This record gives sequence, C-alpha cells and structure tokens, in this order.
Amino acid sequence: MKQILAVANKEFHDGLRNRWLVSITVIFAILSIGLTYFGAAASGTVGVTSLSTTIASLASLAVFLIPLIALLLSYDSFVGEQESGTLLLLLTYPLSKSQLLLGKFLGQGGIIALATLLGFGSSALILYYQLNDSAVFNVFATFIGSAVLLGLSFTAIAYLISLSVSEKSKAAGFALITWFFFALVFDLALLALLVGVEQGISQQGLTQLMMLNPADIFRLVNLAGLDSGDVNGALAIAIKSSLSQGQLFSILLAWVIVPIVIAIFIFRKKTL
Amino acid sequence: MNTTDKTPLVKLTNVGKKYPKLTALDSVDMQLSQGEVLGLFGHNGAGKTTMMKLILGVITPSHGSVEVMGMAPDSKEAWHMRAKIGYLPENVSFYEQLTGLEVLSYFAKLKGFDKKHAMALLEQVGVAHAMKRQVKTYSKGMRQRLGLAQAFIGNPALLLLDEPTVGLDPIATADFYKTVDDLKSQGTSVILCSHVLPGVEQHIDRAMILSSGKVLAMASLAELRQAAALPVTIKVEGLNGSLQDDRQLAKFLLDDNHRDLLTVPEQDKLATLRQLLSYQAIKDVRVDSANLEQVYQFYLSRHLADHIEHKNIAKEPR
Repeated sequence: MKQILAVANKEFHDGLRNRWLVSITVIFAILSIGLTYFGAAASGTVGVTSLSTTIASLASLAVFLIPLIALLLSYDSFVGEQESGTLLLLLTYPLSKSQLLLGKFLGQGGIIALATLLGFGSSALILYYQLNDSAVFNVFATFIGSAVLLGLSFTAIAYLISLSVSEKSKAAGFALITWFFFALVFDLALLALLVGVEQGISQQGLTQLMMLNPADIFRLVNLAGLDSGDVNGALAIAIKSSLSQGQLFSILLAWVIVPIVIAIFIFRKKTL
Repeated sequence: MNTTDKTPLVKLTNVGKKYPKLTALDSVDMQLSQGEVLGLFGHNGAGKTTMMKLILGVITPSHGSVEVMGMAPDSKEAWHMRAKIGYLPENVSFYEQLTGLEVLSYFAKLKGFDKKHAMALLEQVGVAHAMKRQVKTYSKGMRQRLGLAQAFIGNPALLLLDEPTVGLDPIATADFYKTVDDLKSQGTSVILCSHVLPGVEQHIDRAMILSSGKVLAMASLAELRQAAALPVTIKVEGLNGSLQDDRQLAKFLLDDNHRDLLTVPEQDKLATLRQLLSYQAIKDVRVDSANLEQVYQFYLSRHLADHIEHKNIAKEPR
C-alpha cells in the first residue's frame, strides 16, 4: 500500500505541476456555469434555466469532453515511461506491476475526480443559490458521481492502450480513435441500426447494446430522471425501458474495474 | 565442499534466454562473490543487458537457473531483496519536469528511504548544487550522476551498472571509480557493464567477455592476458638502432621502421629488460602490457575466426 501511495502521490503532483488539474477544473467550471446561465439562450431568455435543461446540456457536452480529457491525460502513462527507460528501472524496484498501475490510476484518477468535483460543483453551488432548491444537490451528486466514473473508465481504457503499444505516437493515435468510436461512431451505428433495419432491435436490445459504451451509460444515468422534453434521439427510446440508477451505476463501475483488471493482466504479460 | 565457506551472491547456471527471433544469451555460467567487481564486456547486442535483466528478475530465463542471494530474482520471495540491489540502466531519461531532488526522493521512497537519504546521495555524486533545478536543464554528465545516485540508494549489496561512465568527464569518471572502490571495500558486489573503456582495468577483479550471447572468456585480467599470450611492448630511447645488431634482441623488433620498439612475449619480459638495461646509452624505457582493449580484441577475433572455420566446415560436404 505504501508503494501504491508513493506512485499515486507522484502522479497526482505531476498532474498539478502540468496544470492538468487547473485546466480541467477551469474548463468544467466555465462550461457548466455558462450552460447554467445561458443554456436557454436559444429560446430567447438569459438567466438560470431549469435544473433538467441544465443537466441535459451539461451531460451532452461532458460525454464528449470527459473521455477526451481522460484519454489525453493518461494515454502515455506507460508507453511514455517505457520510452524514457524509467519503466524498466521501476520494475527492478520492490514494486509490483499491479502496484505501479494502481498507483498511477489513483493519482491520475484523483486529478480527474477532483477536477470534476470542483468544476461542476461550482455551478451546483451557483444553481443552489439561484433556485434555492436542495434538489440541485441530489441531481448534481448523480451527475458528478457518474462523470467521475466516466473519467475513471476512460483513464483505465487509456492504460489499456498505453500498455498495448510500443510507441507514444501510436498510443496517441489509438486514443483518438477510441474516443471517436465511443463518443460518436457507436451512437451513429445504434441510430442506423434503429432506423435502417426493419424489425431491427427491441427496446430491450437497444438498452443492452448501450451498456457496451460507458459514454452511453453516463447519458442514461443523467437523462433518465429528466423530463423527456429535454431528451431526444435513440436515447429517448432507451430511457423508457431503462434500468434503475443503481444498476446503471454498477455497470459504469464495471467499466472502470474490468479495463483495470485487463490492463494489469496485459502489464504482467508484457516483456521489457 | 566449496559452498560452505562462501555462498556466491549471484549464481548463473547454464542460463539461456531465447526470443522468437534470436538467442540473446546462450548457456552462461557465472558466479559473483560478495565484494567482487566483475566487468562485463561486449559490443552492442552481445547480451550484456539481457544478463543484467535476468539478474534483476525483470525477465525469466528460457533455461537454466539464476540465483541472487540464494533466490530466483523473478520469484515472489525475492521481493524484499530488490531493495538491496541498485541498477543503472543504459538509456534512462528521468522525469524531465521534476527537479533532481524530487526524482531521487521518489525513487528513494519506493525503496523505503526518505528525502534526507536522497539529499546525501546527491551530495555524494556531486549534483547537490543543482538539486532544486528541473532535470531538463541538466547536462548529460549530471543526468548520469543522478542515475548513479539512484543506483546507490540504500547502500545496495549488489550493483548493476550499465555503461556507468558514458557522458562523464575525466574527473567525474575518477570520482565514480573511487566510489566503486569504496563500495567494494564495504562488501558490495558490482557488475560493471561496458564497451571496453580505458581506466576500468584497475577497478575490476574479473572480466567476462560476451559475444552474441556466448561467454568468450571469464577470468581475472592477468589470467586473460596470460591465456591470450599477448606480447608486451617495450619502447626504448637513446639506443639509435643499435638493437638491430644485438642477436638476442633483434628478433623482438617490431619492424625496420621502428628500431626502438620491441614486442616481447610476457615470459621474456624480465630477461629482455635486464639486457636492455645493460646498454649504457639507454635513456628511457617504457613497458606496456597488453591493455584490456587488446585482450578484448584478441578474444573477439579468435571467436570470429572459429566462427568462420565452423561455417566452412559446415559448408564443405555440400
């Protein structure tokens, strides 16, 4: 445990030093405060909009941003150290591969989690003062909780990429493709399946397919409780046959744990 | 029984490491006692780094057994002894954005030591003045010193140093060898891996010469020299070519152009010197035994010759 904390501490401080924490927090804060105030600008009004509109817009932006940021932060965690030779050196230390991986995950995950909490938490506070409704905290707790899990999930996926390639530039390319797939292609494919194939898939089947994408689970978690007026597309259909929040959270959590376990497995097999 | 008096710190028995496309190491036997310094020589790809990785337990041998302090280094039980091993990799660039002190504190912490220990080590290798600066501002020599400080964390019982003097200036190199000598006298065993380099000779107890995964020779330098039977070079001054007329000495003359240069077999060295000194006109004598580089070249070329011969024999029946 001491070893894991030592690695985590170093990674977390790297995140501070590289201004990752500050940048992500600022991006999330500006985004969420902006959306809170100007989310209804399209309908001609400026000011605090309804809670559900805010969450709906936040969720649809966060679903693109969080995976991208997590992948960017972590894609070179291992391949970068492999290129500079410190990975080989670390492995000669009294430090197991899983300790190293978990330490990195704790440190970099900590950066993502803290930035998410601070960034989105700030707009939760503003919204609370404006609306004076304690429901804000419930809704935002769900939002921030799922956003953190989404970030952690893509951090773990970034480790998978980082451990599977031997060059940093390749890792960057794979990270971009991964993001593109989960954030855009997957949903388009689902929509195509829904519209293009007659007698295609049932609502049940659609929801099950969506469990294969952590970004979609994140959407479902946050949009399921909202007025359906703010939600459209394939999601609206899926929501109707939705699973419970608890189930969705568990599956999202599985999307964190499973990639981590596979990453440890790959790391153990990897020769340097 | 030999083992009762001193168990070797490192013991390699018939160790080989095969990769799908090449044999990196082929049936190597080696023993290293406590307080012994072994020089590991060979050109690039000779298997030096592979051997170090095997001893470090980062990779597992394809056959044979590796024992470090009585355990297989890649096993779970060997965990705690890793803190007793120091390693300087050949190519390592430390976290550029961290300061020297931060880098060393991190590594020290992973071995269970604190910042104070890290500071003392930086002092020892002579980068204490720059410890608050980011590593990216360091020169090649300073980076190498930082790497050495890293290897010295926790007063290791076994040190594996891959090209330790690359990038060090002569003074730093001398400092480094002094440190090696100090560690040796404290009972640390050292494996020094390098291309042949000048100055290493006085600091190693034994040398191992590797080529394409095979051990060409392993013994003390004196023994290697003797086995190689490389001649001693004697340069005299002030005789003005009168050596050509000396029947006994003329046969040792290198050639007609160098009339004051003798190449003498090791066993004739003293006799020749006595004879030379009997010349009144002699002003100066310089005696050079074959250096490590020549010994290395000898074993390498002999191996190469064997190799070609084998190939020719293999070809003939066809």
